[in-house]
Order: sequence, then structure tokens, then C-alpha cells
Amino acid sequence: MPKVTIDNIEIEVPEGTTILQAARMIGGDVVPPAMCYYSNLKTSGGYCRTCIVKVSQASAKDPRPMPKPVASCRTFVQDGMVVQNTTSPELLEARKGVVEFLLINHPLDCPICDQAGECDLQNLAYEHGAAKTRYDFERRTFEKIDIGNKIKLHMTRCILCYRCVKVADQLTDGRVHGVMNRGDVSEISTYIQNAVENDFSGNMIDVCPVGALTDNTFRFKSRVWFTNPLDAHRACTKCTGKVVLWTKGNEVLRVSARKDKYAEVEEWICNDCRFEHKNMEDWNVEGARKTAHDSVISQNHYENIDLQKLKLEINRQIKHQGGKKIKEVYTQAQIENKK
Amino acid sequence: MQLTNRSKVVSKKEMTFAEKLYFPAILGGMGITLKHFFKKPVTVSYPEVKRDIAGVFRGQHTLKRDEKGAERCTACGLCAVACPAEAITMTAAERKKGEESLYREEKYAAVYEINMLRCIFCGLCEEACPKEAIFLTDRIVPSNFERDGFIYGKDKLVEGMNENRVDVTKRQTEEVNEFKKDKHYAHNK
Repeated sequence: MPKVTIDNIEIEVPEGTTILQAARMIGGDVVPPAMCYYSNLKTSGGYCRTCIVKVSQASAKDPRPMPKPVASCRTFVQDGMVVQNTTSPELLEARKGVVEFLLINHPLDCPICDQAGECDLQNLAYEHGAAKTRYDFERRTFEKIDIGNKIKLHMTRCILCYRCVKVADQLTDGRVHGVMNRGDVSEISTYIQNAVENDFSGNMIDVCPVGALTDNTFRFKSRVWFTNPLDAHRACTKCTGKVVLWTKGNEVLRVSARKDKYAEVEEWICNDCRFEHKNMEDWNVEGARKTAHDSVISQNHYENIDLQKLKLEINRQIKHQGGKKIKEVYTQAQIENKK
Repeated sequence: MQLTNRSKVVSKKEMTFAEKLYFPAILGGMGITLKHFFKKPVTVSYPEVKRDIAGVFRGQHTLKRDEKGAERCTACGLCAVACPAEAITMTAAERKKGEESLYREEKYAAVYEINMLRCIFCGLCEEACPKEAIFLTDRIVPSNFERDGFIYGKDKLVEGMNENRVDVTKRQTEEVNEFKKDKHYAHNK
């Protein structure tokens, strides 16, 4: 089993693991952000370049560094590989550049976008992006398209991660939606605006990292942070029926699949659950959905604190502080080397 | 344990006959009252007389319109989430065809309410607003006999047209005006 070192943390992983997967096995702050990679979708990844890492030693046999940052979602680990993510300042600079590229054509209409508050690009830009843009030209714009009557496509916001295309490919049969054209004119489209009529087409909304594909039944209903997310389930013949209800009072505003800490859907849900059951009576509510404390959705939601978990979290953060120290030591050594 | 030396020992001795009359004490009190007749009053007769207030005074809110008279607010909810008193609530709606002159963007606030009894006039809503829609002004929220009267809807908050506009130029500092000129910040485009 190959041993890989990511940000000075060593881990042994099975053959054929990618750097991103190995980093996720470690968890915490060493995990590179990913906008297009989706662990549940085959052949996803490799488009957005946000998950780039620096490989300072390719393997034990060939200790030379890789010449440029590599996409961690598509690079397999080798024995003795040394990877740097947050410990490398130039890598963070490069990632900032990637974020700037992703934002070049993004309209930044977060105040009217329904994805705001749970948007991967928003989080990424907040963590890595710059407040200023250096781009002086007009941003590309598209007309809004209705994919069926339940899904709205704002192509203007799309970052071309291809996740929705993979969903259409792998989850549904008889795909009628894909990417047309090439380069900076490429766009997600249903061929001559054919409706995607499939039981699982709604999952496109959940996999979309930005607000390009949004739920038409939730359009402008409420901002996510005004809603109260609840875990719920129902007996469904098509899917597991395990969902999150986004509620306001006794009203169900939106139904979505449950997402893990990497904002990836745990279990796909069918359109029947997603769009057709907007009554509280249809669902067995399990309880409040846990939201991350640094998420805007947790605003004004009060919860009982599990002291045991809090202790674990504090320990993790202490560990994280330790990691920062390593980073400082590293950069210091690097400066001295340059001298 | 004695913490300060300001404490006074209360004497419980019997009052004398003169003290029991209370007459000298009453005269003394009236003397103080009389002295104040010849002093400059510290109060003003509001609303006939108004005190000078600073340009950055934080009073009643206004929802601004843009140059063409369309409402700037897009109901993004950032003011409500920034509000420490949870005084702001809103409901969004989608702009229909033909309403372009009324609302600036495709989403607008159909209902926008500020509970003035809850509001602490901290100005965080103004700071959070990405659309320069909400401003606190130098107006004072008038009193009311009903609690309902303090819930200000769009009828009271949205500024009027033409001569009824609310001037908020004083509220924008030099630094803010300088910042707004830089078109490389996406929200200034």
C-alpha cells in the first residue's frame, strides 16, 4: 500500500487512490476544495482546477518534484509521494488565480440568486478570491432556460463543471442535455430546449456548485438562511426517500437531498419526492438538520451542544493551529533557502 | 469588608421639634426650584424646536430608489441576517414583464417590514446592504399609540419620487465615494 504525505501528515492508502481522496481520508484543512469533482459520479473532475496541489516529491523511486501543480482529483498517489496543499504559499497563490478565472464570467448576482448561502463558489471565493477583478470586458450572458417546468437554467452563472451532465449520463436514461459548443462559448443546454423528463433529473439541482441550475418551485421563495432545515423521510418506491425539508413555519418550501461535509449528495432522491410532496403531512420528520457553525444557514438557529463533540472539535482546531506552526516553519526554511 | 469609603453611617436619633415641622426643609427645596427659574432650560420644545444632529445620526430607515426611480432593494436578506435585533422581515417576489421601471432587478421585496420597537438603530443593515438600498436617515421615528403602528412597511420606508426623495449624501464618507469610483470592484459596475 502506498504511503503519501500531505501537508506533513503521512497516511497509507490503497492502490489507485487519488490525492484528493487521500486528503479526504485525513480530513480537516488539508482537503483541497473541489468544484467539479464529485465522488458519486464516475469520470467527474479535472475541469475546474480548484483542487490543484503541489507535488514536491513524485514518489520514493523518483524523488523529483512534478513540474507544475496537478489536479488532485485526477492524480493517483504513488508510494513516497509528498504533497503540499496549504503549506505551500505559491500553491495558494495559484489557486487564487484559478478562482479568479472561475469568477471571470460569473455575474456575481448573489443578492438575487437562490443558491446564495449554500453556494460552493461563494465559499470558495470568500476563502481564496480577491475583492477586485482585473477583467475589463463584458461578461458573457445567456437567456434563462426552463428545463422542464421544475428546473431553471441560468447559463450566465455556470462554471462548466459538467456535474449535471454526469448526472444526466449516469443517473438517467436517454440523456437530452449536455454541453454544446467549445471553449468560452460552451454552454449547458438541452438539445433544442427539450425537457428533461426523468425521475432523477432533479438531482442536477443538488450537484450544481453554483446557482446555474435552481429549483423553479423554490424560485425567490425565501433565502436559505431564513428557512429551517429538517431531516425527513417517507416511503418511496423509487428512491430511499431520505431528504432535507427546507421549511418556514409549517410550510415546506423546498425538498433537497442530504449532503455530506463536502457538499456531495449522500443518496439521490427522485423528482416525486423533490417536487410533488410539499406538505408536512407527507413526511416523517426526524429532527433538525445539523448545519455547520460557520454557515450562514445556522444563523438564528439555536441548538443543544453536544459537549463530547465540542471537545473533539476543539482538539481538531488545536491540531489545526499546530499545522499552521508547521507552515510557518516551512516558509521560514524556504526563505532561508532562497537567500 | 469595606470596599469604598463613601458609605455614610445613618443616625437614628430622634428629630428635634424644628425638624419635625419640616418647614425649613420645604423652604429649602422651594429655594432650589426658584433658582432654576432663572437658569437656561436644558430642554427644547420638540417638535417646534429641533436640536442640531450629526450627519451620521442613525434614525428612521429609508429604502432608496435609483436614478430612474426604480426600487433598489432586491430582498437579498443580508440586512435581516445582519440585524442583531431581528427587526427586519421580508418576502421576495419575481418582477413581471412591464415592471422594469418599478424594480431595479428581477427580484424585489414584495413585503419589507422593520419593527421599530425592536430596532436598535445600529446601522448594520445599512452596512450589509450590497445594493445601497437601505439607509438610516436623520429623521426621528415618531411616537405612536399602537404597537402595530411601529411596524413600518414599504409604504413608510420606500422614499418618494422627485421632490420627496430622501437625501442621504451626508451619510457617505469620502472613503466610500472614493471606493465607489473603482470599477474593478464587481459591485461598482
